[in-house]
Amino acid sequence: MSQIGPVLVDGVIYSAWLFIAAVGLTLVYGVMKILNVTHGSFYALGAYAGASLTGAWLAKGYPPMLSYAVLLGGALLAALVVAPAIERGLLRFMYAKDEVVILLVTYALFLILEDAIKLIWGVNPYFVAEPYALLGSFVVGGLKYPTYNLILVGLALALAAGLAWVLRGTRAGKLLSAVIHDPEMSRALGVNVDRFYLVTFTFGCFLAALGGSFTSPTVSVVPGLGVDVIVLSFAVVVIGGLGSLPGAALGAVIVGLVRSVSVHYLPQVELFVIYSVMALVLAIRPRGLFGLAEPRRI
Amino acid sequence: MPAILDAQGLNKTFGAVTAAQGVSAAIERDSVVGLIGTNGAGKTTFINMITGYLKPDSGSIRYEGRDITPLPPRDISRLGICRSFQIPQLYSSLTVRENMLMALGILLHNAGLGGFLALGRPNVPGHDAPAEEVADRILERFGLSAYRDRNAQVLPGGMRKLLDIALTMAAKPRVLLLDEPTSGVSAEEKFGIMELIMHAVKAEGATVIFVEHDMEVVSRFAGRVIAFYDGRIIADGPPEAALRDPEVQRFVVGTLNA
Amino acid sequence: MKPDRTPQLLAAVFAAVVVGGLALPQWLLFILTIACAQGLVVLGLNLLIRAGLVSFGQALFYCIGAYTAGGLSRAFGISDLLLQMLAGTASAALAAFVLGFLLARYRGIFFGLLSLALSMIFYGLIVKSETLGSTDGFNLAKATLFGIRPGEAWVRYAVLVAAASATLAAAFLAWRFLKTPLGQLGPAIKDNEIRVEYMGASVRYAIHVNYVIAAALAGAGGALAATTVGHIDPEMAYWTTSGEFVFIAILSGTGSVLAPFLGALIFGAIHTVAFDLSPNTWQMSMGLALLAAIVFLPDGLWSLFARRKTA
Repeated sequence: MSQIGPVLVDGVIYSAWLFIAAVGLTLVYGVMKILNVTHGSFYALGAYAGASLTGAWLAKGYPPMLSYAVLLGGALLAALVVAPAIERGLLRFMYAKDEVVILLVTYALFLILEDAIKLIWGVNPYFVAEPYALLGSFVVGGLKYPTYNLILVGLALALAAGLAWVLRGTRAGKLLSAVIHDPEMSRALGVNVDRFYLVTFTFGCFLAALGGSFTSPTVSVVPGLGVDVIVLSFAVVVIGGLGSLPGAALGAVIVGLVRSVSVHYLPQVELFVIYSVMALVLAIRPRGLFGLAEPRRI
Repeated sequence: MPAILDAQGLNKTFGAVTAAQGVSAAIERDSVVGLIGTNGAGKTTFINMITGYLKPDSGSIRYEGRDITPLPPRDISRLGICRSFQIPQLYSSLTVRENMLMALGILLHNAGLGGFLALGRPNVPGHDAPAEEVADRILERFGLSAYRDRNAQVLPGGMRKLLDIALTMAAKPRVLLLDEPTSGVSAEEKFGIMELIMHAVKAEGATVIFVEHDMEVVSRFAGRVIAFYDGRIIADGPPEAALRDPEVQRFVVGTLNA
Repeated sequence: MKPDRTPQLLAAVFAAVVVGGLALPQWLLFILTIACAQGLVVLGLNLLIRAGLVSFGQALFYCIGAYTAGGLSRAFGISDLLLQMLAGTASAALAAFVLGFLLARYRGIFFGLLSLALSMIFYGLIVKSETLGSTDGFNLAKATLFGIRPGEAWVRYAVLVAAASATLAAAFLAWRFLKTPLGQLGPAIKDNEIRVEYMGASVRYAIHVNYVIAAALAGAGGALAATTVGHIDPEMAYWTTSGEFVFIAILSGTGSVLAPFLGALIFGAIHTVAFDLSPNTWQMSMGLALLAAIVFLPDGLWSLFARRKTA
């Protein structure tokens, strides 16, 4: 039986990770009404790019403390190279089609990217733990926690604050809200909606890559990394409400805490509970806890 | 003569908009009633409440004495009250003939015919032949035979309207509600379409309630006119009287292009 | 209007499989049997897709069927293939009957997400279950048929014939169903639900029925796959399995009850060949094929055979 403290700490850390991993998905859905399965691919791309670049960086003897910048750079690189190509090269021709068809297109892209990753990085695991090990650990309530996890939490908070500020405080953010509410009208008023879509998609994928990149020092980066993440992200985003950024935060917190409680008290139900919450939300309040869009149901 | 359809004291508001205020009307069997009024006056709301698409905030609707107010569109349709739509509701991915076959198939399904264990081709309820023959017959009657194998989506406006009404009438309804049957149709075609519809109706024997903006069509075909304004009925009677009613002149006729 | 020769085609294919199977190598017999199993799932999925509902959770019922067969084998020593398939069908249908009350109210992406969530719930249940072998799953005994255990050399052939028989029956029943007014409602529902309701039919009821039939078929497929492979694991309920079924469905098209089996066969053949040639580009080929299908052949491969009237 665990005490409440460790349960909460674990919950917070996992929630932070979930938020970073999932927020890009809800952003892309909110703006473009696309449920982007390649979100999982970008998570993996970010992890591979981050791990391999950091590995190379450290091998060359450069300062380890700068490896965090390398992780960031890896995520940025992965997103900037692949996302615009996908959006401009394929997705934008599909915008007129049904939501489910676009989802299938992103699923096809996901399959392609899974193997592309294998072709580029091979199938052997990447394990670059230095950025993680470097920061040591701290003790709370008699239990040791890696300090690295604080970075994750900090990153999540910074991300949440940053996104909130951009959406409410900047002109670009307000235009984005306009595009979310009515792309046709926005276009008619002269807003370059196509550019918004490109930027949003790239940014959303970057956030996924960021999640992967900053997780890579804590895990063994192997093929298939994105497969679990995508479906977990779906759960977080559905619970919070598709398209809602505060919803992604709330969803991350709920799933994080629920998971932490199960892992500590009844580990067998961990996944069962997470997806049950997802199904429950869909059954009772399909638009999600903070969702805006009225879902298609009778 | 007892009314086949009796609406009493219907009220409906959507937030600040009053769509119906104390709307009452008793419709006689086999009558042809025209509903007139400007857009937003409450005609379509009235039809939506009768067909179960909307529930009135208060008031009741009785069909042959039975209270149908709480029923969903599906049940009301099966009782014999069917409607056509302002914007034709067709199966746009199917051909004209397939549309009709689908409608007749639903009638078979509703009656529990033609199921999994059935052998042979059962007659469509209300008709005396299997679906394929009935489909051709109805299309013939509505002048759509030439378009049989054309995709519903590519039909010209008047034909789409006719198909929508033909589908509605395939069920041989006792009460037929037509929402703007001649809208979106050229001036020359309007009368032709109404003639066709009324001819088909007379053959079946049904009560007709139709929404119409064209006063000439109304005076030609309706035996009774109910005028709406601002959610209320402002006139109710034979066309000559109703159309000359000063309020109707002011609120309905004057603002429309006849 | 060309007469519908589906029953004759089904019979011909069945005969070809039974007779031709005598001459085929063991690995090809295995592929054909798995194609039957997957084809059954996709046959059901197609019913839903016709109604405009893409389920991303058919793996739930596939897995229920598989674990029912597994349970019968492990707990009761029942290894009769046809019994297992019947039990798998029944349990999956029962689950779908209950879940259908909820699911029949959803459309579009929400239908997809809810079906996905339900399958992941089941996955979560079995993947953590020690008694069921956790991520490893467990093995099943070799199939028996009507009490007879076929000899080593004949087992695959016998299983294929049994599978083909069950598939023939299922496909024929599905074909019959699609001829009834209820079975024809799918495209109407997808096209214009309002019209369907205003003509007096219940869309929810129609969807519920299709959902149960799809689940029953998936359960049969899962039970068949379980005994054919001789092993089951939680992966059978994972979202990627559902994704494979959707892939085959899009590839085949909904034009005929034969289409899913053609699609499953092509999928199986390519999988085996491509995987042997280059295991790291297998998924990429799948993805490219799916993209090509969506863009160039929205009605699936079957539309190449059927000559449908166009506007």
